[in-house]
Amino acid sequence: MTQPTYNEHLQQKVEEIYEGGQKKYHEKLKETNKLFVRERLKQLFDDGEYEEDARFANCEAGDLPADGVVTAIGQIDGQTVCVMANDSTIKAGSWGSRTVEKIIRIQETAEKMQVPMLYLVDSAGARITDQLEMFPGRRGAGRIFHNQVRMSGMIPQICILFGPSAAGGAYIPAFCDIVIMVDGNASMYLGSPRMAEKVIGEKVSLEEMGGARMHCTVSGCGDVLAENEEQAILEARRYVSYFPANFAEFPPVDETKSPKSGKTLEEIIPENQNAPFDMYDCIDQLIDENSFFEIKKLFAPELITGLARIDGQVVGIIANQPKVKGGVLFIDSADKAAKFITLCDAFSIPLLFLADVPGFMIGTKVEKAGIIRHGAKFISAMSSATVPKISVIVRKAYGAGLYAMCGPAFEPDAVIALPTAQIAVMGPEAAVNAVYSNKIEAIEDPKERVQFVKQKIEEYKEEIDLYKLASEMVIDDIVAPNQLRNTLIQRFNYYNSKQIVLPYRKHPVYPV
Amino acid sequence: MAEVKAQMAGTVFEVSVKEGDSVTKGQTLIILESMKMEIAHDAESDGTVAKVVVAEGDFVEENDVLVELA
Repeated sequence: MTQPTYNEHLQQKVEEIYEGGQKKYHEKLKETNKLFVRERLKQLFDDGEYEEDARFANCEAGDLPADGVVTAIGQIDGQTVCVMANDSTIKAGSWGSRTVEKIIRIQETAEKMQVPMLYLVDSAGARITDQLEMFPGRRGAGRIFHNQVRMSGMIPQICILFGPSAAGGAYIPAFCDIVIMVDGNASMYLGSPRMAEKVIGEKVSLEEMGGARMHCTVSGCGDVLAENEEQAILEARRYVSYFPANFAEFPPVDETKSPKSGKTLEEIIPENQNAPFDMYDCIDQLIDENSFFEIKKLFAPELITGLARIDGQVVGIIANQPKVKGGVLFIDSADKAAKFITLCDAFSIPLLFLADVPGFMIGTKVEKAGIIRHGAKFISAMSSATVPKISVIVRKAYGAGLYAMCGPAFEPDAVIALPTAQIAVMGPEAAVNAVYSNKIEAIEDPKERVQFVKQKIEEYKEEIDLYKLASEMVIDDIVAPNQLRNTLIQRFNYYNSKQIVLPYRKHPVYPV
Repeated sequence: MAEVKAQMAGTVFEVSVKEGDSVTKGQTLIILESMKMEIAHDAESDGTVAKVVVAEGDFVEENDVLVELA
């Protein structure tokens, strides 16, 4: 037998590495509808092409090809991106010292190149046997999270969660701008169900405690619930298309498209201030058809947040949904808005607020849960955002709801009302009850009482009449519903050159 | 047995069904009034009203059962 040439030797080594872990683990992937890490990367990158770093990491160990993680640089729709991707066929995607070093290095590359960083997570966590080398030190796993925090708002950071992200590893998704989770397979938890049973005595399934659906509907740790891996990868590619490579650049402009055909705004919005309607129908009439990328669709659905295109330009939409919980703002909706606004502001994405809001929820339950500090978080994020901001009062904006939805005091570039809109501390019925409750009770004749309330409500309505507010220049314009899209196109276009000098300080003390 | 629960704290404004009624998915069963808004609670699936737990004027907390469907 002849000696293999250098090239053949290299070829053989590379093939071994590309095979990943043992056959039985590849079979397990198939059983659970999962793709092998290299197939995921092929689907993620343009033409399936990428350059990989440290393919040979830990190749001397024999059974740890690439040390269980692929780190690569490639392109999505022509935009260069950096990626780390766990290989769950190798020790369940767990982290050894080289795994961690590889992740840190690809993060450093992303920062130097100023391009988006994607995390394709499918990992059981730390290799306990290697903990001294990979856990506590300066370039241990903690450094991954430190880098994520450092790069937050500098470059987009995106997580696709294909499998578990356990214990410390669960912080990778937590520090990303967006987390796309595969239904049925993705999970996030600090302690596994087995640990929960041992340590605190709780019996619970993995899906219930940390499954994708739970995180996308209840905890808010997940942003997009994907049916399968292929869809998750497509969603990630689509998400990237709305973003600039980094904070210093601007989002890519697309060709303009007409809105979806459907009912007009006038037909959608009911005259009765208290009756529900579907805000999605309104959004459809304002944005380019099929351009909506919704974030946290299943979480706190009383507030809608998503990226869209208006005349080809990317905008971030924050809209109350009167169809769910009356569009009232809750703790979760406040958190959802705060994160979304911060995301858009970091990457020069203008903000469009569509207000139809009765206010923040009241009552013991929400007060005990700290609705005031959560609301403060929302208002603080909105107030600090320096991108172009337009607030449209679709129907009503009462109380602190007006503030949160970018009311006049928060330096929006324009507050525009539809002709049917109401702006007030509170709605007419509530206001009359608040101001005249003693008087109302003192009236003994029921008919007379009803008459009195009715009269006061009419007086109040005159007081908050929209033209009065426009006359006082509280709002910048009143626009007919069929003119709204056009106005938004023009204004966002004119506001492109907006520049704000930030106040001189280190950073605000954020309400949390 | 499907339970329709209150989306938020409020007062029962209107009970639109009675026990024994057959209902279709999307049909409004109860309207709560909360924060001066009408909050419709619809059937999530077809079924029969097994029990109406609340009456008009009742105060309910979030997650209280309003209607049981069989």
